Amino acid sequence: MDGIADMGGSRGWGRASVPTDDEPVFAEPWEGRAFALTLLTMGRVSGRNLDAFRNALERLSPDDYLEDGYYGRWLNAAELMLTDSAILTPGAVNARVRANRGEDVDEPAAPEQDAKPDYQPTVAGSLRTVADPPRFAVGDRVRAKDINPEGHTRLVGYLRGRRGVVQRIQPAALLPDTNAHFEGENPQHVYSVGFESTEVWGSDAEPFQLSADLFESYLEAAE
Amino acid sequence: MTTSAPTNPDRLPPALRTEALEQLLVERGLVDPAVMDKFIKTYEQDVGPLNGAKVVARAWTDPEFKQRLLDEGTAAIKELGFGGPQGEHIVVVENTSNTHNVVVCTLCSCYPWPVLGLPPSWYKDPAYRSRMVREPRVVLAEMGLELADDVEVKVWDSSSEVRYFVLPERPADTEDSSEDELAAMVTRDAMVGAGKVGS
Repeated sequence: MDGIADMGGSRGWGRASVPTDDEPVFAEPWEGRAFALTLLTMGRVSGRNLDAFRNALERLSPDDYLEDGYYGRWLNAAELMLTDSAILTPGAVNARVRANRGEDVDEPAAPEQDAKPDYQPTVAGSLRTVADPPRFAVGDRVRAKDINPEGHTRLVGYLRGRRGVVQRIQPAALLPDTNAHFEGENPQHVYSVGFESTEVWGSDAEPFQLSADLFESYLEAAE
Repeated sequence: MTTSAPTNPDRLPPALRTEALEQLLVERGLVDPAVMDKFIKTYEQDVGPLNGAKVVARAWTDPEFKQRLLDEGTAAIKELGFGGPQGEHIVVVENTSNTHNVVVCTLCSCYPWPVLGLPPSWYKDPAYRSRMVREPRVVLAEMGLELADDVEVKVWDSSSEVRYFVLPERPADTEDSSEDELAAMVTRDAMVGAGKVGS
């Protein structure tokens, strides 16, 4: 979906940072706790899945996406998944923080009935088999469709409408666009498609080749 | 559908909200803190770029393994015992004196956990995510890697569950180095294509 998470090609973020050898995995202990809570939340506790987690990240407001750092973003998405599934009452986390500080606050009761989605993966992971042969072959010219779904998609905005060439056929996988919304796995063939930088960014672009992995339904044949 | 979580005007610190969320889930028996500890320990101590460095050193010293790695990355990496979440299908791309591959995830921060662990801050930085697909040479130069004009640059945006791992170029004058010595030279940024080994 269009939003803060689809960052490819956007401007205004400043310089890239220089890698260091000694960066800790978690800069502060709470980041590790947030990481583990989110992993447990996305499947076991909220009854959702990895694609729904990525969609929860996309649905965060820009402040919630950016202001708390990477694992704060995970925390905010975990909270959203838990309120979506009515495991938590909205506001419960903030109320507990204030109660922990000794403030006089009424903590909301947990929902009486959860609202987990009616969802079970057919098998673990994202790889699936597709009976039909791939529609496109290596070397075929294809165009990424110009679509703007309201829900989750892995078709990056900056490639919509752009023409490229199929470089590899990757293993088939469930379609995140429907799996994120519990509307079925819809397994599809996946293609690594190569794009010339000038096709994407115009004739003044730095020369390089860009590759993205695109699901079959994102693509149409190009002349 | 809902499009946004409510934004709190007086935002509470994420450390305190993490503590609160853990309390709320643990006291209802929904989360076991011991399982959380195990996840944290796994990625702090066991699964990290040292795994990838072993894969690279093996490829530099064993041409048959290198060929298997480039042909079927996931299976070759499994030979060294590495696999798991965010590594269902790993594609290995080779950097040479005239081709430079670099990996990014513009939509989130997809990264090959079994060989590199959790992503470092620079990989998750919006500047890297937004600009690597638009001006890779400029971004790499900012990160300390200047590429010659005649080097072909390939940028891989991790937009499906395929994960990319860069086999860096072996540095010159390392013919006498052992596999362990070579592994010790390999840096995380080189295995993403954001740097080179020995530079």
